[in-house]
Amino acid sequence: MIRKVAVFFIILFALLVTAQAEEWAGTDEQAEEIISKINPDYEPWFSPIWEPPSGEIESLLFSLQAAIGASLIGYFLGYYRGQKHARNA
Amino acid sequence: MEGFLPAEWSALWYAFTMPIAIYGAWKTKKLIDREPATKSLVAVAAGFIFVLSALKLPSVTGSCSHPTGTGIAVILFGPSVTAFLSIIVLLYQALLLAHGGITTLGANTASMGIIGPFVGWLAYRALKDYNFKAAVFVAAMLADLATYVVTSLQLALAFPSSKGVSGILSSAATFMSVFAITQVPLSIVEGIVAVMLFSYLIEVRSDVLEVIKA
Repeated sequence: MIRKVAVFFIILFALLVTAQAEEWAGTDEQAEEIISKINPDYEPWFSPIWEPPSGEIESLLFSLQAAIGASLIGYFLGYYRGQKHARNA
Repeated sequence: MEGFLPAEWSALWYAFTMPIAIYGAWKTKKLIDREPATKSLVAVAAGFIFVLSALKLPSVTGSCSHPTGTGIAVILFGPSVTAFLSIIVLLYQALLLAHGGITTLGANTASMGIIGPFVGWLAYRALKDYNFKAAVFVAAMLADLATYVVTSLQLALAFPSSKGVSGILSSAATFMSVFAITQVPLSIVEGIVAVMLFSYLIEVRSDVLEVIKA
């Protein structure tokens, strides 16, 4: 398992290094640019009800989302593992 | 992307998505009532979507995008439950992160929660009897990749570069050059992670394998 995780991070690192050093914009922003090129008159007709006040708060909420998901996975995988251990004991 | 999808398309995708998501919610409840042991598996599948869709990863194209994480859910529970789980994540991102949006929620759920996973699910059904791990890999990868192909098509339908089918096709190519190409390496990574999680899941809960292989 640890070896697999290590391999995963090496792959991720390789992707990071081989990528050209352009700006790392989100694809959604790039899509918005394309839309304004195809149809320069288009005005977004709705704006977000609430926006994170800063980039830090946005990354906080993204981390929170990942943390919730990781907790769920980690909790139940550990639970299953314990159950299996108890059955075999 | 809030407000970037014209109102009529927004409404159309809501009309497509909501019945399936609601059916998925009902099906999830029925499943848990019938077999309480599956409750924790639903949580694991939802957790996988939560984690992966929170990670905006850099890709070889020099831009960032996030995987979808819907592969596990669709293999375990099928497309409608996946639609229900996806709409929860997309709602979180729309309301708290200004990522995605309320006006695009229908379209995003259609691509990430329904059509993408459905493609992955078909691939899983076709391959599971030959090689289980390969089936999981291809399913998770295609669920991710197809999501962004559908997104490109949705945007192309709303913003054709000229009138008629050729305008839609040329817009689709433009949007795919951003979305789909960025997504290729990310979806491969997602496929690998999904196989790792699934292998471990089967190791500790061998009963799961019998159910999903059936």
